[in-house]
Parts: sequence; C-alpha cells; structure tokens
Amino acid sequence: MNENPDTQARQIQDNLTIYYGPKKKFVTICAGTGCRASGSLKVKEALEAEIKKQNMKVEVLATGCLGFCEKGPMVVVHPDKYFYQHVKVEDVPEIVSKTVGKGEVISRLLYRHPDTKKNMFREEDLPFYKKQLRVVFGSNGMIDPMRIDDYLAIDGYQALAKVLSDMTPEAVINEVKKAGLRGRGGGGFPTGVKWEGVRKAHGEPKYVIANGDEGDPGAYMDRSLMEGNPHSVIEGMIIGAYAVGAHEGYMYVRNEYPLAVKHLTIAIEAAKEKGLLGKNILGTDFSFDIHINKGAGAFVCGESSALFASIEGRAGEPRAKYVHAVEKGLWDKPTVLNNVETWANVPLIINRGADWYASIGTEGSKGTKIFSLVGKINNTGLVEVPMGTTLYEIIYDMGGGIPNGRKFKAVQTGGPSGGCIPESLLDIPVDFDKLTEVGSMMGSGGMIVMDDRSCMVDVARYFLAFLKEESCGKCVPCREGVRRMSDILEDICAGKGKEGDVELLETMSQSIADGSLCALGGSAPNPVLSTIRYFREEYDAHIKDHRCPAGVCKALITYSIDPEKCTGCGLCIKVCPTQATSGEKKKAHSIDNNKCIRCGACIESCKFDAINVK
Amino acid sequence: MKVPFSRVYEAATFYTAFSLKPRGKNIIKICMGTACHVRGASALEDKFERTLGIKPGETTTDKKFSLETVNCVGACALGPLVVINTEYHGQMTMNKVDKLINKIKEEGAQR
Repeated sequence: MNENPDTQARQIQDNLTIYYGPKKKFVTICAGTGCRASGSLKVKEALEAEIKKQNMKVEVLATGCLGFCEKGPMVVVHPDKYFYQHVKVEDVPEIVSKTVGKGEVISRLLYRHPDTKKNMFREEDLPFYKKQLRVVFGSNGMIDPMRIDDYLAIDGYQALAKVLSDMTPEAVINEVKKAGLRGRGGGGFPTGVKWEGVRKAHGEPKYVIANGDEGDPGAYMDRSLMEGNPHSVIEGMIIGAYAVGAHEGYMYVRNEYPLAVKHLTIAIEAAKEKGLLGKNILGTDFSFDIHINKGAGAFVCGESSALFASIEGRAGEPRAKYVHAVEKGLWDKPTVLNNVETWANVPLIINRGADWYASIGTEGSKGTKIFSLVGKINNTGLVEVPMGTTLYEIIYDMGGGIPNGRKFKAVQTGGPSGGCIPESLLDIPVDFDKLTEVGSMMGSGGMIVMDDRSCMVDVARYFLAFLKEESCGKCVPCREGVRRMSDILEDICAGKGKEGDVELLETMSQSIADGSLCALGGSAPNPVLSTIRYFREEYDAHIKDHRCPAGVCKALITYSIDPEKCTGCGLCIKVCPTQATSGEKKKAHSIDNNKCIRCGACIESCKFDAINVK
Repeated sequence: MKVPFSRVYEAATFYTAFSLKPRGKNIIKICMGTACHVRGASALEDKFERTLGIKPGETTTDKKFSLETVNCVGACALGPLVVINTEYHGQMTMNKVDKLINKIKEEGAQR
C-alpha cells in the first residue's frame, strides 16, 4: 500500500474543518443505531439544552455510526477532537463547561488503553482504529447523514460531476474493472464485468438496484452505511446507472432497518432538489430516479432473483441461475444488482482513480472491506481494513482479544452460508479466495467471535434451524434436506445423537448443495461441514460421551456450586425460577439437579463465579 | 385489486412482517442473530417465555404483549438485544427482563 492509512480520513476531516472554519467549535455525537440504543439521542438533547443554557453558540452534529459501538454513546469535541466514550446525560454539563467552554479535557471520559493504562485523547490513537483503513466508512463520523450539504462539503457528488462531464459510460466501466472492485455482498463477482454485461445486454429499460437486505445475522455494516452516509450509496448508484444506461433504480432495504429507510428517503429528496437526481442530472441529458422498497422479513430475499420477485410484489422465491440477471433481472429486463457497500466504493474509485484503489488489498481482492466484529470479543463494532489483513490482526489488534480471560475458539464468517475458522488458521489474510479455501466465505462481512464457552455443534444447529425457517420451500432438497439435517443436529444437542450421524450429515450436505437452485440451499451445509472439519471432537463428545464440552447444550450439562467460591449470599436462591438452589445464609449453597432447568439465571446473578457447568 | 386470494395469502404467509393473527399492544422482539446467540439470546428467550407465559409467535390473553423472535436487528455490538416496540435494549440480562416488563405494565405503554 502506498498510502498512509489515515490520509483519507484526515483529508475528509480537513475539508470539514474548512466548512466549519479552522478553529470552529462543534460537537459530534454518534447517532447510529448502536449508540441510539445506548441513549445517544438523550445525550444529544442534553448537549443542546446545556449549550443554550450556558449561552454558547456551538453546533451539535448527530453523525452516523463511528463503528466502536461497544463504547457508545460517543462524543467528539472539536476543534481539539477529544474523544469521549460511554457519555451519559449526567456528564453533559461538565463537557459543555469544561471541554466546549475552556478546551479542558475530562480524563474519566477518555478511552484508557487496556495494557498501558494510559488515557487516549483522540479517535485515531485508539488501538481499535489505528490499523484500520476507513476510506469508505470513515466519513460517517464527520457528517450529519440528514444534511446533503455535509456530504457536499467532503467532496460528495464530485465523482458524479466528473463522470458526467468527462467520462463516457465505457470509460466508467473500464475504471471500475481496472480498480478490481468485487461484489461486497458475499459472492465477490467483479463489479465492472457485471456492469459491462448489462450495458451490452439487449432490452429496455435497464435497472440498477442496491441490495440493502442485509440478512446475515451478525452483520450490520450496510445498515451503518445506509444510515450514516446514504449519499455515498446513492452517488454510486447514479454513476452505475450512467455506466450501464439505466434510468430507474431501486433500493431494497430490510424491514428491520427503519432508520436506514428514513435517512435514504431524506437523502433522495435532497439530491433531487439539488439536481443530482431526477431529470437532467447536473444539466446533462442523463436522467435517473431511485425508489425505495422495503423488505418484509425474509432472508432469502437477499438472493438476486428472490429480491426481484419481492420488488415485483410476489413471494421471494429464487429461480434457476442459468437465466442471468444481467440479461433478465427485474421484470425480465437487464439489471445490475450490487450490494450497498459495493455502491459506496464507486465514488471513491472515480475520485481517486483505479490505480490508487487497486494498490490496496491482495492480488485477487482489491480495496477495503468493512467487517462487523461481534460476539465474544472485547472491542465489538465495525472495522474497515484493507483486504489481506489477517484474522489475527482484526481479532487481537483491533478487537482487543477475548473478554474475561477466556480462550478463543473460532470465528464465524459469511453468515449462514459461511463457516467457522479455528485458531490454527488465524494468520490467513482475509480476502474472497482465502476464506473460501478454508471452507468459509467472505459473505457480507459478519465476523462472530466464539470462545471456549461456545459449542460448535450448537452453532451448527443454530444455523440449520435458521436456514430451515428461511428456506423458501421451492427446492425439495433444501426444504426437506435442511429440515432433516436440523433434526439430526437437534438430536445430537439433546443427547440423542447416534453413531454415524456425522457421516449422514456429510452425505446429505452434498445432495442438498447439488440439488438446490440458489445459494441459500447451495451453501446451507457450510456451517455443518466446517464445524465437522475443524471441531469433529466436539461432535464425538456429544454423541459418544453425552457431554457438551463448552457447557451449552442443556440436556448434556449439569450445574453445581463451588463451595470454595460461594459466599452464601443467597442471590442465586432469589433468582432461581424453579427453586433448585438452596442453602443457609453465609454457607455454601447447592443446586438440586432434578429441579434445575439450566436457565442460567444463577450464573448471571453470581458475583463470585461460583457456578460450575459441566 | 385484481389479485387472486391465493397470491395474497402466499405473500402474507411468506414474509414474517405480516401476521394473520391480531398482535398485542406491545411487541417484544428478541434478536436471534449469531452475535446475540453466542451471548445468550436463547436463555433470554426462555426467560421471556417464563415471565409472559407465552411462546414466540403468541400473544398474552390480555393482549398486552406479543413475543416474537427476529433473525437479526443489526445492532450486533450490543447483543444480546431486545426490541420492544421501536425501542432497542442492548446488553440484556435476565435480570433486566422483569424490570422492563413491569415498567411497561406500569406505564400502560401504547403500541
């Protein structure tokens, strides 16, 4: 890479500083869904009220997601860029009088380095951010997603202007091809090739679609882009439409993402008002319009042909893949369907050039990728890294490792189509091809970290139960096969596993993959196959020894109280729903395993880690 | 609308956002995403079932609560997570369940 990782983010910030004036005081607060859940809107209101009360004229900017959701609500006070975490309404008067008023820093609100115990003042100093390359996601924290002027201030729609004034559609396609951009939705198909296919395809009208049906459980980067920087997605789509010759586009957004729908709707209206969308864009004879379609809660609708069916108003059932979407997509017309993150990469490629873009990443995978780093990990949130970063760097350097001193077991990537990667493979560089090679896949970018208290058989059971629910039912091998695999896994987890079950699962996997039309069925066995491949001993422990080594599968575990650790506080007796715990005050308690339903209430309440699970 | 009843029924039963049964005043959605799952979402589900006396997909007889599961609400960093009506409750514990339910009962919150 020939770029300093921070350059782009800095540049954006510099532009914004010009917009606000070099020494202008302003406060940003993260208002992504994560921070909202932690109460950031209340903090924002309090900030505004307090600033007014103290007779100051300082703007409070509610920005998109900053990524470090674990630490929300997050507040940044400019121009010093002091980064405050876990800000509560009670902290607001002090922030306003000290930091906003006098430029003084409040140490208790700063991030403290877990190893050096030193306070860190600015976002870019934090280990979570340091190794990231936030070229797509970085501007989220600098703009109010509901104001188009903020996006324009960071050179928004410059790429569109360049394309419409200086580039032919073919030149745009060549630039995207040269950049090596591949689909961020999981498939990794070269975007430029797809565009070229639609440009050359016969049939009018042509359509472009943004796939915002982010159904992979554990992934939320598209949500944060649509909510935090909607114009970047829209700009990408307009450029794409110009390149392929489309005049109508759709954004298909999950029903579970109401804030994304709101922000996209506002953004589309604002872009129309500015002449960036609609008839005769920027005074040229190119016209393009975007409609928003809300999904209605069906995982399979993230699949291209199911998504078309859903927009057309039907049940989202996929069709056979020998009919290509580039020739016959939405309403049987040539259609470009790209993932939200893919679209957001397009303006970047145009602005900074294909050569710059292609200098980031690995041989086969260019640019950056946003991952949602979640599960049993210290620093949960969204990270954007150059392709080729190792899993180890992501999990340990950025993610800060596993909480509570527990041991890493696996990282699950690729959602229900992906697999679990064990510790021995943590040094593989993350790109499309490598992840597929080890039996998982890139997917949309979920990375769910699991520790020694996560049961891999249970994880496989979880995914198959998910897929059983979400199979549309069209192909029998998927509908019935996944159901049967799910039954077998339920049995294994319930202690009713039989010798030969694992082999049966393997055989069924092959038939289901072969006999399904779409990728849902085609990749459904992956969670099972990858856990068998790397964690076979856990299957054996369940089937042969009737034991769940991780202590998860209820039928195979018992609870007991460690008399050494128990102080006899009585809390577990209070919370137990079945009166299974008993004992006198200040004496070690015990658990009656006949009454115990292994609900975990005692574990959650015990402050002394005295409940053992075996 | 000239749409056959079978097509309407197909779409209505295919998508989880539609329901053919009346739902309660307060809709509790437990996130069942992978991140929430590994952080104990199913224990949380059991707790809600015990507290409300209903299973996912059901509504209490007083029509106050409907319990539902959702595959992922996309706030994975804060798992396990529960969405009650439109409000997100992150880093949920079993202990918080009773408090939340009681609070809603007291407020008589509107849907």
